Amino acid sequence: MPSSPVITASEAIRHALEIGLEEHPDAYLIGEGVTDPSGIFGTTKGLLQRFGPSRVMDMPVSENGLTGIVIGSALMGQRPIMTHQRVDFALLCLEQLFNTAAKCHYVTNGHHRVPLTVRMVIGRGWGQGPQHSQSLEAMFAYFPGLKVVMPTTPDRFKGMLLSSIDDDNPIIFLEHRWLHYVTGSVPTEGTRVPLDGPRVAREGSDVTIVASSYMVLEALRAADALARVGRECEVIDLQIIRPLVIAPVAKSLAKTGRLLTCDTGWRTLGIGSEIVSRLCESAWGAFRCAPVRIGLPDHPTPSSLPLAQAFYPDSTSIVAAIGNMTELSPAKIAEATSIAAAARQGVPIDKPDPAFKGPL
Amino acid sequence: MTPQETRSRESAAGVPLVAMFWDMLRIRIIEEEIAVRYPQERMRCPVHLSIGQEAVSVGVSHALRKSDQIVSTHRCHAHYLAKGGDLSAMLGELMGKATGCCAGRGGSMHLFDADAGILLSLPIVAASIPVGVGAALAMRQQGKDDVAVIYLGDASLEEGVFHESANFAALHRLPAIFVCENNLYSVYTPLNERQPARPLADLGRAHGLATEFVDGNDITAVYLAASRAVDRARRGEGPSFLQADTYRWREHCGPNFDNHIGYRTEAELEAWRQRDPIAQLRTKLLASHMLDESAEAAMTASHTEEVKACFADAEGAPYPSVDTVSERVYAV
Repeated sequence: MPSSPVITASEAIRHALEIGLEEHPDAYLIGEGVTDPSGIFGTTKGLLQRFGPSRVMDMPVSENGLTGIVIGSALMGQRPIMTHQRVDFALLCLEQLFNTAAKCHYVTNGHHRVPLTVRMVIGRGWGQGPQHSQSLEAMFAYFPGLKVVMPTTPDRFKGMLLSSIDDDNPIIFLEHRWLHYVTGSVPTEGTRVPLDGPRVAREGSDVTIVASSYMVLEALRAADALARVGRECEVIDLQIIRPLVIAPVAKSLAKTGRLLTCDTGWRTLGIGSEIVSRLCESAWGAFRCAPVRIGLPDHPTPSSLPLAQAFYPDSTSIVAAIGNMTELSPAKIAEATSIAAAARQGVPIDKPDPAFKGPL
Repeated sequence: MTPQETRSRESAAGVPLVAMFWDMLRIRIIEEEIAVRYPQERMRCPVHLSIGQEAVSVGVSHALRKSDQIVSTHRCHAHYLAKGGDLSAMLGELMGKATGCCAGRGGSMHLFDADAGILLSLPIVAASIPVGVGAALAMRQQGKDDVAVIYLGDASLEEGVFHESANFAALHRLPAIFVCENNLYSVYTPLNERQPARPLADLGRAHGLATEFVDGNDITAVYLAASRAVDRARRGEGPSFLQADTYRWREHCGPNFDNHIGYRTEAELEAWRQRDPIAQLRTKLLASHMLDESAEAAMTASHTEEVKACFADAEGAPYPSVDTVSERVYAV
């Protein structure tokens, strides 16, 4: 009888890496710190001991060079899994990711394959500031040829990481640091979750909320609070940013007539911008009110606690937006806002919310 | 003497001089024909001709075997041809035809031929360097004794990714051979305006690479240095760096000469023409009776005929169907 114990997402990631390395003799793990005692937030712990230094490799601090090197090995039949402890460091690799990895298959008319998974961690909190907390999925998703995966729940982290390792394309696998702590039931075996698009995280009839990664948790909290004042939100966890599968969102919009998007990155030119554009083009008649996008404001992430507080939208921002979209009375908006705010139990904005620990 | 006879005669001597002459002459004839036909606008992409630099790629390639891999740059024609890349597929690619090595998706700067061990060519300066090191890493991981040759130009040494790649190759003693073709200019900018006065080869040494400097127009020197590097790599003794000084006769991009426009002198080109790698080897072969004029004429005729036939193939080939333009963005 297969079991599904409750574990954290970081444990789920470690299990996926272990199974991926076990099942694919051509797979290897490489990254700054993958052999460290702390093991990339626990996600690579013990893998060196299990698979040895030729399969689990630390690397020089040379992000761009090593990206080209793992691509070259992938073209020769290896299956590299690369890890960056912050998205911000991966910016050094963009030439290789955008010019080489994303285009090799197309340019060679399908001859070359780049079975490469690049894990990147989105930092947040504890004053990480302008260059340790960026959420840049929109930039990666701009490039045809890359797949961009952003799971939310532990079972998805495991199943989608395994699918990414299996996949013959270059994959940007984005892990929000605060989701590493989240728990959930995860099958012990190597069950794959296909990289095929969004999932409905909560059903509802009044508003469609499209969120990804950490913002799914804030959206679910907002949906709980709004349900208490008579508004039912459908929460769609986007999961795969590219190739973007819009049909499930369109289907939900047809039901609710209202669309709110929540980015973990900047609002301007964010994923929400693309979703709103596509649905305005293809489903204009479905909108009962103007769509709304939530995302980060147009400035870098500040380090200081009160400034960070002003920077990050949360469940109360979602409640306020949906209150307006659904013409809730000010009293009910205030009620739902206080329910959502209370759920955080006064935890400061620079720390992960223990109430989000799950299990999901 | 037929080319076959001369080739078998000299093979006993160790250095395959006649075979290398054959290859250099072939590349020169192909490149000259591209230059002649380029104004017809059938090759509708940039071309970076290798004329004058043939000795480096031919000398290196003769030290390699088919399963060894090369990676190249925007100036990839000679590297591709010397390693055995298919000529019709190259010309087809320059003309954007379905028969091109990339089926018309890459153009002249993306030549590859998997069957010949030509992994890829990339036009962003230094971008293919780590890819070549990655090929060497895969050879190590797969337990092969193949080697990876990484062609780079002098300007690549100004890119950080060269240093990152050399450091990693040395750290893991990978079977990688960095072949730096120093042709003294990056587009119009001379080396002395881009780098301080110090031997380029010192950069290889600084990374712990076994380093040699050779006259890039002396094909025997190139061949022998490349052979030593290949032997070291196959024995597991790690990567090498080979600096080969040479000269691009024509403009950076396109079919014309450009020494008259002011960034380099006519006298400079003339001095390098005096050191033409093909003419130098020809003189040597004639003097040692390894080649005579009739054998040379036969070679020229054979190459000319091949080039003519391959151009005709490429010109007659179909364009890729526009229905395929959005296909193969992702591997399935």
